[in-house]
Amino acid sequence: MTLQKLGLAASALAVALALPVAAQASKLTMGMASEPSAIDPHYHNLGPNNALRRHMFESLVDQDEKQNLGPLLATSWKPTGETTWEFKLREGVKFQDGSAFTARDVIYSACRIPNVPNSPSNFTSFTKAISGFEAPNDHTLIVHTSVATPLLPTYFSNWGVISATANGIKGDIKYDKENCGIANFPNTVDFNSGKAAIGTGPFKLKEFVKGDRLVLEQNAGYWGTKPEWTSVVMKPITNAAARMAALLAGDVDFIAAPPTQDLAKLLTNPKFDVAQGLSNRVIYLHMDQFGPSSNGVKGTGSPAGKYEGEGPCASKECEKNPFLDVRVRQALSKAINREAIVSKIMGGVAVAAGELLPQGFFGTNPGAAPEAYDPEGAKKLLAEAGYPNGFELVLGTPNDRYINDAKVAQVIAQMFTRIGVKTTVNAMTKSVFFKTRNKYEFSIYLAGWGAGTGEMSNPLRALVGTRSKETGLGGTNRGRYSNAELDKKILSALSTVDDAKRELILKAASKMAMEDYSILPLHYEVTSWAHRKGLSYKARADQYTVATGISSSK
Amino acid sequence: MLAFTIRRLSQSVIVLFVMSVIVFAGVFAIGNPVDILINPEADIAEQEETIRRLGLDKPMWAQYGVFMSNALQGDLGNSFVHNIPALEIIATRLPATLELAFLAVGFAIILGVPLGMYAGLKDDTFIGKAIMTGSILGFSLPTFWVGLIFIMLFSVSLGWLPASGRGETVDIFGVPVSFLTWDGFSHLFLPALNLALFKISLVIRLARSGTKEVLLQDYIKFARAKGLSNTRIVGVHVLKNILIPVITVLGLELGNVIAFAVVTETVFAWPGIGKLLIDSISNLDRPVVVAYLLMTVTMFILINFVVDILYSILDPRVRLEGSK
Repeated sequence: MTLQKLGLAASALAVALALPVAAQASKLTMGMASEPSAIDPHYHNLGPNNALRRHMFESLVDQDEKQNLGPLLATSWKPTGETTWEFKLREGVKFQDGSAFTARDVIYSACRIPNVPNSPSNFTSFTKAISGFEAPNDHTLIVHTSVATPLLPTYFSNWGVISATANGIKGDIKYDKENCGIANFPNTVDFNSGKAAIGTGPFKLKEFVKGDRLVLEQNAGYWGTKPEWTSVVMKPITNAAARMAALLAGDVDFIAAPPTQDLAKLLTNPKFDVAQGLSNRVIYLHMDQFGPSSNGVKGTGSPAGKYEGEGPCASKECEKNPFLDVRVRQALSKAINREAIVSKIMGGVAVAAGELLPQGFFGTNPGAAPEAYDPEGAKKLLAEAGYPNGFELVLGTPNDRYINDAKVAQVIAQMFTRIGVKTTVNAMTKSVFFKTRNKYEFSIYLAGWGAGTGEMSNPLRALVGTRSKETGLGGTNRGRYSNAELDKKILSALSTVDDAKRELILKAASKMAMEDYSILPLHYEVTSWAHRKGLSYKARADQYTVATGISSSK
Repeated sequence: MLAFTIRRLSQSVIVLFVMSVIVFAGVFAIGNPVDILINPEADIAEQEETIRRLGLDKPMWAQYGVFMSNALQGDLGNSFVHNIPALEIIATRLPATLELAFLAVGFAIILGVPLGMYAGLKDDTFIGKAIMTGSILGFSLPTFWVGLIFIMLFSVSLGWLPASGRGETVDIFGVPVSFLTWDGFSHLFLPALNLALFKISLVIRLARSGTKEVLLQDYIKFARAKGLSNTRIVGVHVLKNILIPVITVLGLELGNVIAFAVVTETVFAWPGIGKLLIDSISNLDRPVVVAYLLMTVTMFILINFVVDILYSILDPRVRLEGSK
């Protein structure tokens, strides 16, 4: 038979080809779920790039695996006034080309951030508050901000420092918001080739072959504890089944995001192990709370007024928007059995959510429990709100963005249908989903939010603050919830430098957002990594995969 | 010959133009790349600024105009994701795919033609029937599944071959190739075989039916009557005459393998252009998608051209259209 012949031929060849797999203790090969778009630390503010950046380009402030701030290139910092901060910089740190790290390099990096051509998402959100720098000596940096910016240290943990000297800058740099009088910054391509990839980090770039491999090697002159690995190879294997196969075959030592259905199998396999940790990513439902009518709702009757503003209902007839009534929002929340979703659909790799950040993060209310499952109570609330027979709804969801996203939506649709709200699911690939959502075509949709700063102002500001260009609130508030009092609280938290006071305001704001059912949190994702026995990984809340967190357990 | 070439070229330009419009509009309709690329934490002002920076705030016809005027100067634009020229990204990925495609087609010829001829000559034997049954499997099993089974069998259970990626490469005239080292070849073997399975079956079927038909021809009878050895009859007269359909089909299939080896490249994490296409579509990286498909069309036009010329070499009766 052909196949048999082929099989035999293949076997013969394979025997001839079989190579002894020389496992070097100090070489680590990782299978990654996605690939960074560039090596340039200031080009693209997105997960894979930010994770890679940590290997080569250190920031002033560190975020540990629980997103707590700690010293890195800065040894200490403190506010010296409402709008000034003083950072003490680490002495004796050298860039990978041998030049010394000083305050000048920080200023230079801040100057470059707004000047990266064609950046698909730049880092200006972290630098735009800066109005000026002063460097009394090489290792002290005074930062002036235009408004009180309590999150400045967090912002400074989000961008990497590049060398001014290595890029041909001599003398002092005068900071301004444009380009600091510097005509030529290194371009993104120079980082990919390795020419400009000079940081202070524990690793340096050896080779970047797009789509195939990214090789890092240990920085021999690193100032801190040297990493265990002399060489790290990151291979992008975007297909989850193929990534898993590569781990099982021993091609890679470590993989990010193993398929959830294979986790149980991995845990019972004596050759492999799984690292898991609670992430800062909440999966939530957002409801259209904008106009008197809402797209995709049926059986609610005619709207009370005319729809004015952006959205599909501006140009076509829609039925009444039920979500303006808080009782309806509460009813839907009560209809969801979060524990069942966590145990049955998520296979335990999630934790039911009662707020927008897991317990323990800055600004969360201790003991804030998930809404209890209460279908009878939900039906009662619906009847009170004037919908004793329920209504019809379309639930939008991506199907390739979050862990089991479309499956979770299916189950929620059934739960809604059980209380009389007949729900159908409209699942689509993420590129189409985001476009449809941003045109306000969903009356209710499922999405997720990871809090990059690891504290409460971040999700509140983006998800439930009233959409406004002036205040900067509501960037991802596509349900268009709006509550002036809540906005006031969020804005005051964003300008309160005193940590204790800010925490109180954030707690109150979070409580208010939850009690008004502005958004319905479902669960927090638990992130998984899988690796061969003998390794361990410090699971990160920001879901980043970094080689410095991997060590061989002894 | 010259008239033939000119006519072909002018047709190609029209095809390329129509293709660019269709692809441009298609990707535009799917969504806005900024929704995928931007950090969700960006506020409204930053979102709008990014859209402006990438030129995505203009209406579609204006964006197409910019693209066209640059394209006429040989610039198909920079990738939204990587900010390097789309053609450069494709060019760096192309050798990996070409290597895979040529090896797969090589497998198809080396295994498919002899097996098919054998099945045609010994139609009634067990082996002949077994070859034909086997070829049905090659047709009907999905590439994705076969790829995973190959990995589970040869990489995970037996541990003979690596499961994914491209191995060590050697530069030849600046082009990295992997078939010259053991490590490289061991990475190449499974994906190439996976990709070849369908083609092998196809060639077996074509070679078998061709052989059966040719065997009945007068010139074969004449050759036998003349007392030529069986080896010479099969090796020269039969072989040469069954090659025309095989070359036509393999020509088209080669193009197909190069342009759309998406599934195999995804399963084996092979850094070729098929995987690039999938990644670019999901990131809505329009310059890369457009450049890729334009390149594909060009390639098909060239391959068809070469196939037509090969005909005229193999069969002197075939005249190229338009040549006298």
